Amino acid sequence: MSRRRRQAQSVMMISMTYAAAAIATLPLLLILLHLLREGAAFIRPGFFTEMPMPVGEDGGGMANAIVGTLILVGVASVIGLPIGIGAGMYLAERRGAPFATAVRFLSDVLNGLPSIVLGIFAWEFLVRPFGGFSAMAGGLALGAMMIPLVTRTTEEMIRLVPVSLREAALALGYTRWRTSMTIVLRTALPGIVTGALVAIARIAGETAPLLFTALGNQFWSTSLDEPIAALPLQIFSYAISPYDTAHAQAWAGALVLIAIVLVISLIARYATRSRFGLGGD
Amino acid sequence: MTDAAAPTRETDPLGVSPVAAAMKASLHGDRIYHVLTTAFAAAVPLLLLLIAISIGLAAWPALSLAGLSFITASEWDVAAGQFGAAPAIYGTLVSSAIALVLATPLALGVSIFLSEIAPKWLRQPVGFLVDLLAAIPSVVYGLWGIFVLIPLMRDPVGPFLRETLGLAKTPMFSGPNYGYSMLAAGVILAIMILPFISAVTREVLLAVPRSQREAALALGATRWEMIRDAVLPFARSGIIGGIILGLGRALGETMAVTMLIGNRPEISASLFAPGYTMASLIANEFSEATSDMHLSALMAVGAVLFVVTLIVNAIARWLVWRVTKGAR
Repeated sequence: MSRRRRQAQSVMMISMTYAAAAIATLPLLLILLHLLREGAAFIRPGFFTEMPMPVGEDGGGMANAIVGTLILVGVASVIGLPIGIGAGMYLAERRGAPFATAVRFLSDVLNGLPSIVLGIFAWEFLVRPFGGFSAMAGGLALGAMMIPLVTRTTEEMIRLVPVSLREAALALGYTRWRTSMTIVLRTALPGIVTGALVAIARIAGETAPLLFTALGNQFWSTSLDEPIAALPLQIFSYAISPYDTAHAQAWAGALVLIAIVLVISLIARYATRSRFGLGGD
Repeated sequence: MTDAAAPTRETDPLGVSPVAAAMKASLHGDRIYHVLTTAFAAAVPLLLLLIAISIGLAAWPALSLAGLSFITASEWDVAAGQFGAAPAIYGTLVSSAIALVLATPLALGVSIFLSEIAPKWLRQPVGFLVDLLAAIPSVVYGLWGIFVLIPLMRDPVGPFLRETLGLAKTPMFSGPNYGYSMLAAGVILAIMILPFISAVTREVLLAVPRSQREAALALGATRWEMIRDAVLPFARSGIIGGIILGLGRALGETMAVTMLIGNRPEISASLFAPGYTMASLIANEFSEATSDMHLSALMAVGAVLFVVTLIVNAIARWLVWRVTKGAR
């Protein structure tokens, strides 16, 4: 090939990557714009404080679903955060041990499991034996999803803590556990909090693990052993219903859900960048 | 490590008793700390084992009754008590394949753009936007799919593929087009797995040493030749790993697919025909399953999904690890 043709080919392929970037960002913009257009009109204060109306009727809100999602995320965090952070600390400190390698690999495997599989597991584990759908079962499914996410980020954040810091503490006579708990963990804490936020943002929008665990609830319920409403479940049932009013509620709910998820993600991203200077790769 | 350090501390040359006592106490702390973190770490494999056992046990009645024909039989008739998972397995594979075909070139293009070509000021925002795709909940994709993508599939996508491209005669694009279809599910999956493939690919491309690029340029390669001949071959197995990781996501994705694929347990050659995936089958029928065998059959579908995604993910991790281990 002549030099000119090679140059032309190069320019063409490079413009194709520009095109790929444009096409890849298009769906996101389309989805967000559509959400704003369809959902924004139905967001009013009452949406956050009122209960859902019976199907086919105008108005009403999603107060129970919003509170339900918060409760589910809370239960999931109680299960997922301690295990995830503890496992992450272990992995960071025992980097090369065979058991650590195995746990790291299995945690990746757990991360790759479809969320619906965790849903049927939670059903088998908490719904079937206790004879009823419950917020607890939903929280367990979501918590299990959180564990590998939190483990990974905790390990990475602890590894970022300079070894010299740990050595200084040990040289001053600190024991290992106090060094880990007060020096290393303290230093890595902002990063770990970020990891926790990312995990929460991810599970807050999950629907599949809740379908037959938390089940959803048209009424007000905050107890852990009863079915509980959740924002994603409510959006799902409105989306597949035949009524236009329900569709409008689904769009509004989706807008609120996305706003929650995006705000948490943005906080997490901003916090990491300011602390470690690695927000954007 | 703790154990190795213990004897030297106990034979403290000063032998001052309060110090020794304090050290002994703190070594207890070390032991407790070690046991605790080990226990948390052990919770991960235990949880995985628990999931495998409980789903395996629940799936056993259906699997032992049907044997291997569970995955080969194509009749899923709840009323007749026939549970053949072949349509759902077929649908899972086909919708994921469509997703990979659509998402892979795009993800590769974006990753090359972000790691090699884009001016510095564009990298952050574009990378951020692509990553944000991963933050959108599945149910929101489904909602958007029902009201935007499905109408688009009926018109103009359907007519475009059939008439404009003249594909109407091929079995893949024949038959009625209701919108709810394998193709719609594949398209939404493509959008959903794009950020996962692109994130891994970007990471792998960044792991390619600078010297590799400089050598190619010094030999007179154009920018594209440098990418094609020096960068991509080096990153190949990692990129494949990223694609397989995306495949793992697509196989198990539930909500958006359930809302768009039409949910009919039939094997049809046409991509415009409705179908079923393993995940959507479980999502749809689980809460309505009344007979023990139906429940067990759905658990068995879950077990198949579990095993398939496990294998796919393990392969992907291994491939990515092979490329990135050198870079760290």
